Amino acid sequence: MGTTSTPLRRFLDYAVLSVLAFVFVLPVIYLFLGSLKPSDEVLNGLSGFLPTNLSFDNYTAVLDSLNSDSTGYFWRFMGVSLLLAFVVVTGGLFVNSMAAYGLSRLKWRGRNAVFTLVLLLMLVPFESVAVPLFYMFNDQRNTLYILALPFIANAFSVYQFHTFFRSIPPSIEEAARIDGAGPWRTFFAIIVPMSKPAFASVAILTFLIQWGSFLWPVLMISDPSVRPLPLEMSVFQGQQPPDWGQILAFGVLLVLPVLIVFAFFQRWFVQGVASSAVKG
Amino acid sequence: MTSVEPAHTALPGPEQAPSTSVKPAPSTRSTRPGRKNRDWLHGLLMSAPAVVGLIAFVGVPFGYAVVLSFYNVRLGSPLEPTWFGIEQYRRLFTDPNLSGPFLRALLNNLTFAAVVVPVQTALALALAILLNRKLKAIGFFRSLFFMPVVFPMALVAVIWRLILARSDQGMLNSALDAVSFGNWGAFDWLGDGATAMGSIIVLSIWQGVGFQMVILLAGLQQIPGELYEAAELDRASRWQQFRHVTLPGIRGTLVFVAMLTSVLSFRVFDQVYVLVRGGGLDEDATRTVMYQAVTTAFDQNNIGQASAITVVFFLIVVVLTLIQRRVVRPGNED
Repeated sequence: MGTTSTPLRRFLDYAVLSVLAFVFVLPVIYLFLGSLKPSDEVLNGLSGFLPTNLSFDNYTAVLDSLNSDSTGYFWRFMGVSLLLAFVVVTGGLFVNSMAAYGLSRLKWRGRNAVFTLVLLLMLVPFESVAVPLFYMFNDQRNTLYILALPFIANAFSVYQFHTFFRSIPPSIEEAARIDGAGPWRTFFAIIVPMSKPAFASVAILTFLIQWGSFLWPVLMISDPSVRPLPLEMSVFQGQQPPDWGQILAFGVLLVLPVLIVFAFFQRWFVQGVASSAVKG
Repeated sequence: MTSVEPAHTALPGPEQAPSTSVKPAPSTRSTRPGRKNRDWLHGLLMSAPAVVGLIAFVGVPFGYAVVLSFYNVRLGSPLEPTWFGIEQYRRLFTDPNLSGPFLRALLNNLTFAAVVVPVQTALALALAILLNRKLKAIGFFRSLFFMPVVFPMALVAVIWRLILARSDQGMLNSALDAVSFGNWGAFDWLGDGATAMGSIIVLSIWQGVGFQMVILLAGLQQIPGELYEAAELDRASRWQQFRHVTLPGIRGTLVFVAMLTSVLSFRVFDQVYVLVRGGGLDEDATRTVMYQAVTTAFDQNNIGQASAITVVFFLIVVVLTLIQRRVVRPGNED
């Protein structure tokens, strides 16, 4: 489309796009502006959009007010979220890629049955096992590892790696194996280095989902010392009376890590997200 | 932020994966003579950690949910769980005193899906078409529309809590006040039963539309450009091009996106929970099936009933997924 583009047409395109994009990102602008304004000016009609009296006071106030055992510590919430994301992403890359290799490139009796099982489990959304898991692990509530453990093995990640590994020509492995490399060395020394795109897109998608993870922490965590950021977002915004400047500053701090990753790895982000559509 | 390139990965139907991997197994054995084939052992060891994890954290709990749904089991109760038959399901669907909230949740979820699926898909398609052109900085615009997808839903809920705030100083209220020359005043968008679900729908579409847009953009870019050139030679209008080239070209993707959105619609939980707990959202007008499962398990400690809700939820999702697979398949063939 757009084979005949006159300057006027191009100008109109840009105008339409700019107006639409501006309206669309208004909530984001509001978030960032509001986090920099005095709290009583945030919820203040349309002047909430005026960049007046900007300062980082709300950010220091958030760090000050979340700084005791009863409220929890801001850096601790952040640390919990970062740790969980790290464990789920790296642990997931390791076990899921290895499984996909074992199920796609090694030939053994029963592997089709196992892979079919993985595909069937892919149909089960986490929401439908949250209640029984909550019941099964009730005595493990308020522990960090139970927040991470259910999300490391991931059927959809196995499936993504499986699809990628199947596209690698067999001659590459054959050469390695004729040289005497066993399946483990072939996998870690040859397959993994040449599968960076698959690892990147699975890692980013896993990170995105894990960072916003909410349902499981709601069920399992009441202790502020092991509370991840999104759950604390929900607690923090429920304060009475709400301090809007601080709440929005907290929100910015919550979204900043994922925005930074997004800014640097956009291509993988979009690829991972689009391919996640396959899951359904 | 410079550019968002749409993914060029085609959307392979997952069902093709197992069938193509069926190959005659013994052939490898003969290709490496003089070397003992232990691939079965390595294959098993390599897949064990993930497969064991999946069985432990998905397979077993899922089976357990089905079992628990037939018992009267409560958390922290001194009483042993007792066999309940289909009593939990009867209570959910037909008991005049107990079924109210659950049926309301089911209805709310259906309403949500009935609005979000067509609206969000159409919006995503419009955006994808708008952004599918060769302009400088088009990647920047794509990034802007995609950005809310990376926002945690808990934060999206809080931002919209402010926009929809009930006071006359709320963003939407004061904007409406300005365009109506001071005739609007205050309206409680989240707290009023008539607009509560509409508010949840709007914020959910805002967060999710970029996701569908990216998938549709990938679909649009697979339509050969010659088709549009041929259409222009035939003096087809822009609308005719859309009807006869664009729509048939992305039919499969479009159906796929619609079905995907409908599955996601039934998983709604975070935004409702956050806004009911701290944002004055009307609970009855917005409770969803997952919200009902969580409150039943967590606040009422009624694990048996929550498990029954979970099973119903799963059946809905599976039916939608099966429809999706069935409908998408013919689309991929042309």
